[in-house]
Amino acid sequence: MNGTMIRTRGLTRHFTVKKETVEAVRGLDLHVEAGELVALLGPNGAGKSTTLRMLTTLLPPTSGTAEVAGLDVTADPRGVRARIGYIGQGNGAAHSQRGRDELVSQGRAYGLSRTAARARAAELIASLDLEGVADRLVSSLSGGQRRRLDIAMGLIHAPDLLFLDEPSTGLDPQNRANLQEHIAALRAEHGTTIVLTTHYLDEADQLAERVIVIDHGQVIADDTPERLKADHAGDRITLTLGHERDARRVVAERLGVVAGGRVERAGAQVVIETDGGARLAPKLLRGLDEAGIEVAAVEVARPTLDDVFLNLTGRSLREESATTGEAA
Amino acid sequence: MSAVPSPLNAPKGRPMSTSMVMDTAVVFGRELRPVLRNPFSLVFTMVQPLFFLALFGPLLPDVPGGGSALQWFVPGIIVMSCLFAGSTTGSNLQFEMQTGSHERTLVSPLRRSALIVGRSLKEIVPIVGQAALIVAATVPFGFRPHLGGAVVGLLILGVFGVGLGAFSYTLALASKDQEWMFWAIQQTLIFPLMLLAGMLLPVDDGPGWMQVLSKLNPLTYVVDAERALFGGELASATVAQGAVAALVVAGLGLLVGTRAMRRA
Ligand SMILES: Nc1ncnc2c1ncn2[C@@H]1O[C@H](COP(=O)(O)OP(=O)(O)OP(=O)(O)O)[C@@H](O)[C@H]1O
Ligand SMILES: [Mg+2]
Repeated sequence: MNGTMIRTRGLTRHFTVKKETVEAVRGLDLHVEAGELVALLGPNGAGKSTTLRMLTTLLPPTSGTAEVAGLDVTADPRGVRARIGYIGQGNGAAHSQRGRDELVSQGRAYGLSRTAARARAAELIASLDLEGVADRLVSSLSGGQRRRLDIAMGLIHAPDLLFLDEPSTGLDPQNRANLQEHIAALRAEHGTTIVLTTHYLDEADQLAERVIVIDHGQVIADDTPERLKADHAGDRITLTLGHERDARRVVAERLGVVAGGRVERAGAQVVIETDGGARLAPKLLRGLDEAGIEVAAVEVARPTLDDVFLNLTGRSLREESATTGEAA
Repeated sequence: MSAVPSPLNAPKGRPMSTSMVMDTAVVFGRELRPVLRNPFSLVFTMVQPLFFLALFGPLLPDVPGGGSALQWFVPGIIVMSCLFAGSTTGSNLQFEMQTGSHERTLVSPLRRSALIVGRSLKEIVPIVGQAALIVAATVPFGFRPHLGGAVVGLLILGVFGVGLGAFSYTLALASKDQEWMFWAIQQTLIFPLMLLAGMLLPVDDGPGWMQVLSKLNPLTYVVDAERALFGGELASATVAQGAVAALVVAGLGLLVGTRAMRRA
C-alpha cells in the first residue's frame, strides 16, 4: 500500500473540567505515510492518548480535521474503524470473559467467519505465548499476560494501520523485547503502518524510525531518532578527576574543551557535552595530562532521547513525574 | 512469543462489511457466553427474590375462595427477579468501561445500535431462566401455573427485560466511571417502582395518590398481566395492556440506549 495513511490539519481537542479548559491537543498537523513506524513520545498528560483517541474515532475533535486510511474521522467513523486496529491503554479483553472467546468475538466483529475467527485466534494465542491461559477468565491473568492478550485482540484482523497506546506498559523486559520484535515483524512482513505511544526512550529509539516528541499538546520535534540526537544533543564525556580543585580548574580554564561545548561540574566530576565525543576524548586526555591533571576515569556516552527532550524543554522526560511531584 | 502469524485467515485490504443482524448476533453471543459458561451465576441474582418469597409468602393470607396465596404472589416475584437482573446489568458495562474493553468495542466496526441491542437482547436468557427456576421451586409448595399462560408470560417478561436492560445500560453510559451514581439511581428507582406496581402488596386499597402513581407505572401492567397469565387467563385486556407496556418499555429503552451509545 502506498500513499498517505494519516493526515491531520490543526487537530485540536479541549476538555472542560470544572469550568477550566484543558487544551489537551493543540493544532496538530500530522502526516504519516503508509508503512511508517512512528512513535509518539512525551511525558504524562502530553496529549498522546487524546491524539490517538481522535484518530481512532473515539473522541470528536474540538476543531481541525483528521483523515485516517483515506477517510475522514468525523464523516465516516465506521469506515475508519473497519480499516484500523487499536490497542488502547486499558484492557481490550473483558475481565468476565475467557481470552479465546474474546479473540473469536473480536474476529467476528471485523467480519471474519466463525471458522476463520477461531483459526486466527488459535494462531495468535500460539504466537503470543498464551496457550496456557487463553481458556481462563481474563480476570485471573497476570498484567503481562493480559497485555499480550490485548495485543492479540488488536491484531486479529491484520489491519493495515495499527495504533498502540503504551503497548509495553506492564511487560517484563523479556516480553517487552518480544513485543518489539512483533511490532518490527508486522511492519517488515506485512507492511503495516504503526503508530505507538511510549514513555520508554529506548523503545522509541530502537523501534521507530520516526519519533514525534509531544509536549503540552504540541509537536516539538519530529525526526528520526538519530537526527534528533544529532540536532538536539551532543555526546557526553564524563571525566572523573583525582581532586575537586582539578575539576574546578578544568571548568574555569576550559581545558581541552572545544568551543561551543557545554561544561558542567559536580564534585570531582566534569561533564562535557559536545559533538564527536569519541574522537575528542583522546585529545582531551592528552591535553589534561600535559597540564598536569590526573584523570581517574573517563566515559563517553552517546546522547539519548532524554537528552533531546531536556534540550527541547529544559525538563527531563525521565524525571518528569518526580520533579513535578516535588514542585507541587 | 514467536513471529507474527501471516494473516492467512484475516481479511486483507478491503474490510468486510457486516450487517446490523450480524453485528447484533456477535454482541449477543459475546454477552451470553459468560452466562452459558457459568450458569450457576444465575442463581446468585435469584437469591434476593427467593428470600422475599420465603419470608413474605407465609405472611400472606389465603385468598378467599380457596386459592393459594402463592398463586398471587409468585408472578410478582418472577417480575421482581426480572427487575433486579435487568436493572443491575448496566454495572457489567460500567466495569467494562473502566477496564477498557468497552472502548475496544467502540473502535471496532460494530454498529453503535448493535452494541446496545445485542446486550439488551441477552437479558432475555437469564430472565427467562430465572423465572423457570422460580416456577420449578414453587410448584412443590402448591403454585399451579397455567402452562400456555406461563409461556406467554415469559415472552412478555423477556420483552420487558430487554427494555430494562437497555435503560440500565443507558444509566451506566451516563454515569461513566462514577459507580456510586449508577447504584444510587438504580436503588432510588427500583423500590418505588416495585412497590407501586403492587408487586409485594396490593395497591388497590392504598390512598388515591398511590393508585394514580401505580397507574402511571408501566411495571403495574406487566405484573397484572403476569398474574392473569399464570392463572390461565390468556385473552384479556389485562394481558394486552401488559404486552403493550412491555413493548413500550423495550422500544423506549432501545431508543435512548442507542442514542447514549452513539454519544459514548
Ligand atoms: N476525558 C477527559 N476529561 C478531561 N480531561 C482529560 C480527559 N482526557 C484527557 N484529559 C486531559 O488531557 C491532557 C492530555 O491527556 P492524555 O491522556 O492525552 O495524555 P497522555 O500523553 O496520553 O499521558 P499519559 O502518558 O499519562 O498516558 C491531560 O491533561 C488530561 O488530564
Ligand atoms: Mg496516555
